[in-house]
Amino acid sequence: MSTLTLTDIRILDPETGMDALGHLRIENGVIAEFGPDCGIYGTVIEGQGLCVAPGLIDMRVTTGEPGRENRETLATAAQAAIAGGVTSMVVMPGTDPVLDDMALIDYVQRRGEGLPVDIMVAGALTKDMDGSTMTEIGLMQQAGAVLFASGKMPITDAQTMRRLMAYASSFNALISNHCITPDMSKGTVAHESDFSARLGLSSAPAVSERIMAERDVALAELTGGRVLLDLISSADVLPVLRRAKAKELEVAASVSINHLALNEIDIGDYRTFAKLEPPLREERDRQALLAAVNDGTIDVIVSDHDPRPAGEKRLPYAEASPGAVGLELLLAAGLSQVADGGLDLLAFLRALTCAPADLLGIEAGRIAEGGVADLVVFDPDEPWVCDASKLRSRSKNTPFDGRRLTGRVRHTMKGGEVVYSAD
Amino acid sequence: MTHDMTDFDAYPFTREHCLSISDFHRVDIERLLDLGAHYLDLDVQKSRTRDVLRGKTLINLFFENSTRTEKSFEVAGKRLGADVISMQVASSSVKKGETLLDTAATLNAMNPDLLVVRHGSSGAPALLAQKVSCSVINAGDGMHEHPTQALLDALTLREAFDGDIGGLQIAICGDILHSRVARSNVQLLNLLGANVRLVGPPTLIPTDADRWGAEVFHDMKSGLKGCDVVMMLRLQLERMQGAFVPSKREYFHFHGLDRAKLAFAKPGALVMHPGPMNRGVEISSDVADDPDISLITNQVGAGVAMRMAILHALSDAQDRRAAT
Repeated sequence: MSTLTLTDIRILDPETGMDALGHLRIENGVIAEFGPDCGIYGTVIEGQGLCVAPGLIDMRVTTGEPGRENRETLATAAQAAIAGGVTSMVVMPGTDPVLDDMALIDYVQRRGEGLPVDIMVAGALTKDMDGSTMTEIGLMQQAGAVLFASGKMPITDAQTMRRLMAYASSFNALISNHCITPDMSKGTVAHESDFSARLGLSSAPAVSERIMAERDVALAELTGGRVLLDLISSADVLPVLRRAKAKELEVAASVSINHLALNEIDIGDYRTFAKLEPPLREERDRQALLAAVNDGTIDVIVSDHDPRPAGEKRLPYAEASPGAVGLELLLAAGLSQVADGGLDLLAFLRALTCAPADLLGIEAGRIAEGGVADLVVFDPDEPWVCDASKLRSRSKNTPFDGRRLTGRVRHTMKGGEVVYSAD
Repeated sequence: MTHDMTDFDAYPFTREHCLSISDFHRVDIERLLDLGAHYLDLDVQKSRTRDVLRGKTLINLFFENSTRTEKSFEVAGKRLGADVISMQVASSSVKKGETLLDTAATLNAMNPDLLVVRHGSSGAPALLAQKVSCSVINAGDGMHEHPTQALLDALTLREAFDGDIGGLQIAICGDILHSRVARSNVQLLNLLGANVRLVGPPTLIPTDADRWGAEVFHDMKSGLKGCDVVMMLRLQLERMQGAFVPSKREYFHFHGLDRAKLAFAKPGALVMHPGPMNRGVEISSDVADDPDISLITNQVGAGVAMRMAILHALSDAQDRRAAT
């Protein structure tokens, strides 16, 4: 039976707000004891200057399996995940075929067995993501689906969305809807601003997001359903979210790490690797999003990992595919914001651990005696430069290539086993 | 006994029409159910000398297809001695563009005494009742009411539970949203002192149905717990615009009545269905066809007796009005 102790380490548990030096001992895959008086037995990993936190939970990961394995497989995504401190992830249904049936949910879960991360599956809200035909939400949930997602196109028909939310509410199922209004955003490639106008890029205003958010909040109020406003990116949508929370509606929101770390200036010289959906917005939006993570208005941070081969990216801006890989850089990009003073460390970690765990209804995401030892050990201050060619993802499309980052994963533990250690 | 049952002198029945359960108060309902029970006796029902409706004309006007309701009114009318005409609306002047009120005026000119109407639009029988001089019986209007079905269900229950349905726990399950049967039954069963629950997916339960005097549940397990009676409703695919449930497979899995879900109810609980059934969608065949637990054929039998009672009572009220 294996025993391992992390010594003299800064223990961070967002759920309890713990931020204290101590030791943490793992026995047989579970956290046996932690704190300043914790006994030191077995293998020792010296933790001086390091932090330990619950393994990260990434609620939005796209892989290419099944159907587009040239972009990413579950196995390569898992390798990227552990290098980023991610020990649980939810894979999106927008594969080929679309994950809209319990047999496919089951298939992906089986493919994920034996990988060093927990693979959870999001089912499609509508058949083949057609936006109108309701899927078997109840049966897919019984098969293991933890979330029901619309994909990158929202459910545009309000009556359809209403029925989806009402229907899902009887299973207490969480629905995620991409937060844009296609009537305004379809075919556009940038945020509507002075900057994108100068670049001559077709653009959609931030209200595109707000209109959809207002609608979904209204429907949550009508139906009592649980909805995740997926990938919000603008300051304008935050008051909508705050109002919904003040009314105690079952409304949550996610933001991608990219929108916390970057702004529209990063698309600079038509850099397609920073072409995202929703588009990067203004600095004032980014600052507002950081503040909203700090105060808990935004519930979860996701990597929005979306692997794309270079061939889909090295194209004129308007023609290039949107999306960026993120599993590996999620923690480092966030810790860089912490180092810059934009993010509170525990608030940042909460949005990647216990907050997504609560939304998904899973045990992971906390440091608790007797709990499974899914942990990340990181150095919050280590400076390094991102080199895209060294990423483990099958696709290397990252806007962080060549950027200086502060904070880096040192070890990732899954069920008490060290599954990743930095060189 | 027979004489007492059909004698309205003690408490005259005065209603002109039968449009909605809310037209009646409890004494009317009890009176109708007593008379229905009287007609359940086949010797009484099929008596050759029956002349309650002799000389009266009953017109069945069905704008929607029906087998059991239309035929049961036809049989009921004939067994009471009435002249019964069933209008084939599909081949009538309605198809040529005649409006409902024109049809009403035409029929009224033929001086029928009783007009049985089924229409796809809620409130259509009530509109007709304002324009004709005979008694109108609502045989189902849109998603509004089906009062004679509710009465025959109550009669079936009274027979099954020794004459008293007060205090029974009755779960009405499935497509409540599109069901006129449910709307009439909630009112009637409440009036008779039963405790009514509505069970179905949120997409098939009307907004604020909890204000109907019924408790609302979204899963069969908690909804059926401790129930004496489980009334299943047909999934009305023809009235649905767009998807309310994802598939028949999922609907049956979570909301279809089979032995396993029936086990959530009280031991010995009885099962009802107004028909026609979608077997394997809202109810499994082995439950529907088990004579020990299924009241479904009893309901059809009670239909004729109950409709005889309603026709009889309305006719008696007509005679009283004519006499004064």
